[in-house]
Amino acid sequence: METDPQYPHPEGMETHLITLKINGKHHSINIRSWVSLLDCLRDHLDLTGTKKGCDHGQCGACTVICDGKRILSCLSLAVMKDGAEITTVEGIATENGLHPLQQAFIDHDAFQCGYCTPGQLCSALGLLSEGRASSREEVKELMSGNLCRCGANVGIIDAIMQVKSGGSDE
Amino acid sequence: MNSFKFLTAPDVPAAIQLTDDQHLAAFIAGGTNLLDLWKYNLVNPTALIDISQLAALSALRELENGGFRLGAAVKNAETAYHPIIESRYPLLSKAILAGASAQIRNMASNGGNLLQRTRCYYFYDHQVPCNKRVPGSGCPARVGYNRMHAILGASEACIAVFPSDMCVALAALEARINVTGIDGERSLAFSDFHRLPGERPELDNNLKPGELITSIDLPEKGFPLNYSYLKLRDRHSYAFALVSVATALEMNGPTIKEARIALGGVAHKPWRSLEAEEFLRGKTACRENFAAAADMILQGAVGLEYNNFKIKLAKNAIIRNGMMALDPDAQLPGAQPSL
Repeated sequence: METDPQYPHPEGMETHLITLKINGKHHSINIRSWVSLLDCLRDHLDLTGTKKGCDHGQCGACTVICDGKRILSCLSLAVMKDGAEITTVEGIATENGLHPLQQAFIDHDAFQCGYCTPGQLCSALGLLSEGRASSREEVKELMSGNLCRCGANVGIIDAIMQVKSGGSDE
Repeated sequence: MNSFKFLTAPDVPAAIQLTDDQHLAAFIAGGTNLLDLWKYNLVNPTALIDISQLAALSALRELENGGFRLGAAVKNAETAYHPIIESRYPLLSKAILAGASAQIRNMASNGGNLLQRTRCYYFYDHQVPCNKRVPGSGCPARVGYNRMHAILGASEACIAVFPSDMCVALAALEARINVTGIDGERSLAFSDFHRLPGERPELDNNLKPGELITSIDLPEKGFPLNYSYLKLRDRHSYAFALVSVATALEMNGPTIKEARIALGGVAHKPWRSLEAEEFLRGKTACRENFAAAADMILQGAVGLEYNNFKIKLAKNAIIRNGMMALDPDAQLPGAQPSL
């Protein structure tokens, strides 16, 4: 295991060797205890699709799917995810093209600046697999952890409702 | 931000032993509050002890006395959506689902929910004094922007409120908290777990140093037929309560056999009045009686410059939620008003 030259490990600062399966690919990473899953993805693995918004669990931009559940990568320690299977926005599309949810976001103008979009997509995929929302009101409630400062929320909910109504095999 | 060691332990005794060995160690399960506080430089642990994988903390199971045990490391979402919680303790399910966001509920643990720190903005602001952050330094909230602050049980030293929704339902249901420490196990009534600020606002609860919450026990009685959780806040979802109310009723026709009412967002701990609950026993479930109960619950409430509105808001919420409890199926997602 090579040490990331960008992150030398000063004496006395122990590291932990963890393995993560990210978007189907195994990674072994030597990491300090306090590195968040978000920083691990972005700075150690160059998976910069996952965004850092507030870094305090208030905006949802860093949402990823971890062992089937949507979580906030900014409030997760990478070392506590050793062995986990993670899907980021980079892993959503298939060989055949965009995931139906991604296409639905395009169809409904569900973004403007796009910064919240990776988190919105991962969160919406989590919502669809949880199967807890049927009405539009329930979808809105269960998507409230993802803020969109451009105000594309109506389009986002429209896109999710389109997939729920049969645009996807989710 | 500081650095910390990351430690694991095979079982509860070993995890507790680690706190004895490590200066300023903290347990971590979900980490949703702890890591946030750490980023704000409000906690500075030298070691984090991972309890999220401990088998003894990870189960939801029925108890021989008819009750139900919530493992301390079980996630809030798993708890809220468990078939037995949904069917026998729906008030708890509703309250959990009114808190935080779907992502945070997937991460946050049941034990950690009890240990959330206040969301008082002065507590987070290192530029100003705060008796909870730096004991004895003063409380700027009392004369500052205190819109979200306490109307009940506050002290000169602190007017912070406790932010949990789950705990408001646990208070109404009279759950018990099981803890283990270096001296062994003990069990606390829910009302004895959190504390009022008094002159020691830095202490949120009565856990002793090094003690670990292992589980939360729900009694057999879950009030599955008549219940409601109402949460009033500045936006419809993903915001802390200005006032919340957990109401559980056991009815005999139009008459109340037993009532439980707990308030959130108004004090340093979930707030109940046994006197008001006793008053409702044998009474008709109507606005007038809930209004009389509300006056008892809010006896001694003190409003400050910006939070005085909460007294009337709380009274109206108690009345409205009492009526909502008669028709739980009508409640909208997110613990919004349904009447």
